[in-house]
Amino acid sequence: MYYREAGRLVKSFADDRRMLPLKEDRLLSTLFVVGVMYILVTAFASDYLLSAIFIPMMVLGVATLGLNIATGYTGQLSLGTAGFMSFGAFAAFNLVLRVDWMYIPLAFFLAGVIAGLVGIVFGLPALRIKGFYLIVSTLAAQFFSEWIFNAYPWFLNYTTSGVVNLPPFHYRVFPFQELTPLNDAFWHSSRGRYLITLTITIALIVACKNMVRSSTGRNWMAVRDMDIAANVIGISVAKTKLMAFFVSTFYCGVAGAMYSYCYIGNLDFMIFNLRRSFLVMFMVIVGGLGSILGSFLGAIFVYGWPILITRLGDWIFGGGTLDTAFVENNSKIVVGTIIIVLLIREPGGFAALWNTTKQKLRVWPFSK
Amino acid sequence: MWEWLPFFLEVLVGGLLSGVMYSLVAIGFVLIYKSSGVFNFAQGTMLLLAALTFVSMTERQVNFWVAFSITLVLMVALGIIVERTVMRPLANQSLLSLFMATVGLNYFLEGLAQGVWDSAVHGVDLGISNDPIFLIEKFPNLGLDIIISQFDIAAAVIAGSMILGLTLFFQYTRTGLSLRAVSDDHMAAMAVGIPLNRIWAIVWAVTGVICLIAGLLWGDRVSVSFTLTAAVLKGLPVILIGGLTSIPGAIVGGLIIGASEKLGEIYLAEYFGGQGIEHWWAYTTALIFLMIRPTGIFGEKEIERV
Repeated sequence: MYYREAGRLVKSFADDRRMLPLKEDRLLSTLFVVGVMYILVTAFASDYLLSAIFIPMMVLGVATLGLNIATGYTGQLSLGTAGFMSFGAFAAFNLVLRVDWMYIPLAFFLAGVIAGLVGIVFGLPALRIKGFYLIVSTLAAQFFSEWIFNAYPWFLNYTTSGVVNLPPFHYRVFPFQELTPLNDAFWHSSRGRYLITLTITIALIVACKNMVRSSTGRNWMAVRDMDIAANVIGISVAKTKLMAFFVSTFYCGVAGAMYSYCYIGNLDFMIFNLRRSFLVMFMVIVGGLGSILGSFLGAIFVYGWPILITRLGDWIFGGGTLDTAFVENNSKIVVGTIIIVLLIREPGGFAALWNTTKQKLRVWPFSK
Repeated sequence: MWEWLPFFLEVLVGGLLSGVMYSLVAIGFVLIYKSSGVFNFAQGTMLLLAALTFVSMTERQVNFWVAFSITLVLMVALGIIVERTVMRPLANQSLLSLFMATVGLNYFLEGLAQGVWDSAVHGVDLGISNDPIFLIEKFPNLGLDIIISQFDIAAAVIAGSMILGLTLFFQYTRTGLSLRAVSDDHMAAMAVGIPLNRIWAIVWAVTGVICLIAGLLWGDRVSVSFTLTAAVLKGLPVILIGGLTSIPGAIVGGLIIGASEKLGEIYLAEYFGGQGIEHWWAYTTALIFLMIRPTGIFGEKEIERV
């Protein structure tokens, strides 16, 4: 904001290609991540804040980022996000359940890979079908996932109720970690789960940032803008699309695994329904297509609005006055309106608003 | 050797007739897509809004036809308002943002419909009998011992007459002619003096009417509640198979999906370890068709240039 790019000359290619070229940016983001997210929040946030605000917002942010890679960066409309999330969640569950030495980060990674492979399968029609016709494939993925985890009880380890409470047993967070009650208590507490979520989220953000500023991401965007033109300049459209589907569903899969392990603490195929797919899509639209920051802003807004309304209602009218139906309908109307208004006024979503604000702040006291 | 045939035919006819119900939803989609290139995702919720408004009025002892006409006026008004406030400012935007606007509209209407009325489950009784017809009693010389739902036939007749009406409207009226011109080429239509905005308003209004009729039929069949919005998910594979721009496509697609769903449920489900495959089976059917014809059976093939 009050620092500028002007007059900074890079002296090496390495400097030129840095992820954050400005020293101030690097300093601020390090301060934010380490100082605020890791130290302040971990030390002072209450259990409620951690497990009902921070964790779900980050998890949904990752899912939104996943959808954004397919829709925002590559232009492939997907309505199966929640389905892909459930593939990740079930893969992680079965990996932890069936592999003795499995530990959480590896389980989440493999869950992402498995979801990604599923994503490639459902992305294959994208090589032939274009535009709106493609939503058939992703919707097939959505309904297929809802059906398969219901029809084959093996995935839920033959639980009769259809819901597995996680963790039904201990999980390792590090390889070869000893499973002691003390360790368990910490990693299953909201603080421990917050740390797991935060670390994975940051790793995924950095990975995504690097993908979209390298040839991978540029190929995605070329295919999005016009696939025939991309083909003409020598980009393999098929490879690019499948890659985008893989990465996108990888992110969704990891988000699904985090959703069940770190956020709600149980595994239930019912929650990964089409409505959740749409919620994630709203997050993408509100936050801004093709923006990493926007993915998280969108997730924060769409997830946070009903909570905010409930809290405000409690604060103004006294506790528990607003019934859930009112809050739900209200947030539907508000989010729906905001989507339409944003599409008309600012198609770039919150991310574009943020950038405009930043630009204005640069010159603010001195000129308009 | 042919003893499986009556049962097969019964399933097939049941499927085809339920496919007509899907076509009803699909026609609304096609109308809007054809004339403005907008993939209207709010179709299902407009259905719900219409049915819910109607039911809430009849439950308050309003006469059937009065309630019907009030809802009709409201749906037409809604269509015009949507065109004014959502579609017009978004003219010339990318198709993706138009689609997303209707997704937002969908969410908005969902909240509105349930906020203004309620989210309880209502029943509609249109006075159409739901008794099955035993074909062998009516037409003994056909020799087919199959059962057909009377309601399904009534729905099919209503849908059929709507389609006939729409086709006549498109072919033989001045407005229909302008509609076809607009769907062919926005720019050219505007150049010869067709008022684009008015055409779009008409299309949205007509869609509102279709939503009311489809909403009532669906409501009678599955009750009026939030689940009605799922109708849009039944309509989706239908229009995609038929092609987004073709009204006959919506019918053919509906018949294909309806038949395939029921046949799949009966004959294929056992190989997949249980019931309930119809949801994703419909989409898989659509996918198979699209792999062969990427823009649907009757869809326009787009020629892309750099």
